[in-house]
Amino acid sequence: MTLARDTLNENREEARPSSRRVPSAATGRMRRPAHVRRWDVHIHGWLLLLPAAVLLATFTHFPAVATVIDSFFSTPKGPRHSVFVGLDNYQAMISDPIFWRSLDNNLVYALSTIPLTIALAMTMALAVNRKLAGRGFMRMSFFTPTVMPMIAVANIWLFFYSPGYGLLDRLLALFGIPAHNWLGSEQTALACLIAVAVWKDAGFFMIFYLAALQQMPPQLAEAAAIEGASRWYFFRRVTFPLLMPTTLFVLINAIINSFRLVDHVIVMTRGGPNNTTSLLLFYIYEVGFKFWDTAYAASLTVVLLVLLAVLAVGQFTFFDRRIHYQ
Amino acid sequence: MNALRSRRSFVAALETGGAWLLAALWILPLLYAFWAAVHPSAYSASFVLDAPLTLDNFVRAWKAAPFARYFLNTFLLVTMILGVQFVLCTLAAYAFSRYAFLGHRLAFVLVLLQLMIMPDVLVVENYRTMSALGIVDTIPAIGLPYMASAFGIFLLRQTFKTVPRELDEAARVEGAGPIQILLKVYVPLAKPVYIAYGLVSVSYHWNNFLWPLIITNSVSTRPLTVGLQIFASSDQGIDWSVITAATLMTAAPLLIAFLLFQRQFVQSFMRAGIR
Repeated sequence: MTLARDTLNENREEARPSSRRVPSAATGRMRRPAHVRRWDVHIHGWLLLLPAAVLLATFTHFPAVATVIDSFFSTPKGPRHSVFVGLDNYQAMISDPIFWRSLDNNLVYALSTIPLTIALAMTMALAVNRKLAGRGFMRMSFFTPTVMPMIAVANIWLFFYSPGYGLLDRLLALFGIPAHNWLGSEQTALACLIAVAVWKDAGFFMIFYLAALQQMPPQLAEAAAIEGASRWYFFRRVTFPLLMPTTLFVLINAIINSFRLVDHVIVMTRGGPNNTTSLLLFYIYEVGFKFWDTAYAASLTVVLLVLLAVLAVGQFTFFDRRIHYQ
Repeated sequence: MNALRSRRSFVAALETGGAWLLAALWILPLLYAFWAAVHPSAYSASFVLDAPLTLDNFVRAWKAAPFARYFLNTFLLVTMILGVQFVLCTLAAYAFSRYAFLGHRLAFVLVLLQLMIMPDVLVVENYRTMSALGIVDTIPAIGLPYMASAFGIFLLRQTFKTVPRELDEAARVEGAGPIQILLKVYVPLAKPVYIAYGLVSVSYHWNNFLWPLIITNSVSTRPLTVGLQIFASSDQGIDWSVITAATLMTAAPLLIAFLLFQRQFVQSFMRAGIR
């Protein structure tokens, strides 16, 4: 079962008339006219929701709308107030090579980290789901990166990658491969960040696959063994499809992570060399808080919001039909 | 038959070997950092078994930056966020699970919106809001955008919905008001979910970086992650031993808690994801 699936079910359930949820008069302490009781429900409900609603509106809904509005205005500079500029920010964006570079990088980053993380998470789960010596240690080793701050992880990998001195170059030196400036070279920098992201997240997603595997009825494997199905065939035709709901859940989370987390970019490369590791949110951070061009940063944020919205819509329409639920 | 069996066991051995290799590979960067942190700088990249052990790197890191203050800030931050989250999410989840109030469906969708549009991507506007409120560079400003957590509301609502109606009604007959029913019936029954959510929330905010980096600019407000970044990127040169010591130090409380309560951690992360 996944979060996504439950949300869908909830929505279906909500579609039914829910008048019976109103506490019945029989249990009330005193009898009041029906319309008064009904108002009680509305008032109590909203009062309970109010504190959370105020904060959500202030720090999620309002800023989301304000981002869109601000993207049509100029950045206030000194005495000059911000003025309506229409689509100027977007025009600037279209001709901004760093924006395209960041978007491009982000897509490459997402399209590499996501399949790698999912494949590894599944492999890890299959590996530790069997009885074998040292299973506890293996689970721990896979999951530990999850509880560490990305910032700490990034620092450790920075050391790991350091040219000539770091572990990577030392290991490669054993095979006679010369030292390389991994994070300083345009060819390898983004791949290095991808490796860090995969390392950090695979163990986290493993636990969801592990949970799903443990819920799988053992009769399936027994039946397949009797039928003489090969293990690869069993995985392809039984295990993999049954893991689909988990894969959907993991996929959504992995996609969000690939647009949400840029801590390692800030620590390891600051978008360099030559913007080859600049991701969208990192570029927003740079524009908004290094160059203080808040209007342009808002326009860039709109792009990110649109990407996330498309994702949300896709999740509810496309995947719902394609995924086999147990 | 025999050949088949030996082939099977060969494959099994291969798989076990592969699994071990992957696990070793996974723990390697951490072990490497640990090695560098507990040995003098001269040994940080040469792996000789008789290298002298030392805690000197930790001492030097601790003295080189106000880590005590950073620990305090992070502690205050995660406690404050968790406390407020528990209260707000409990109340909202209770409303959504037991009150069919006007517009509750739309309100729920609006809450769930935050699962997709997280505060992490709205940093530009949220910074503006914080400066309008005059609370830039305060600990509450770091926490505010996260306090009404859609995730927490969703999780608790799902749990509250499984509480049998009869318990609720029985309490009502006893004369308990809505808040009393919430505190006496619902909250105790949801205890495991609170623990799970609490662990996930604490680790999220202990580890959070980008927003705290933006909204803080002084020692008295900076959480550990930001403090570590400033420490590691300022003029430490490249004394990796000290930097890895500081890095491990900031991750230590969570790492140690994880190693002690592995099962609870894994189950909490799982429970928080799967419902």
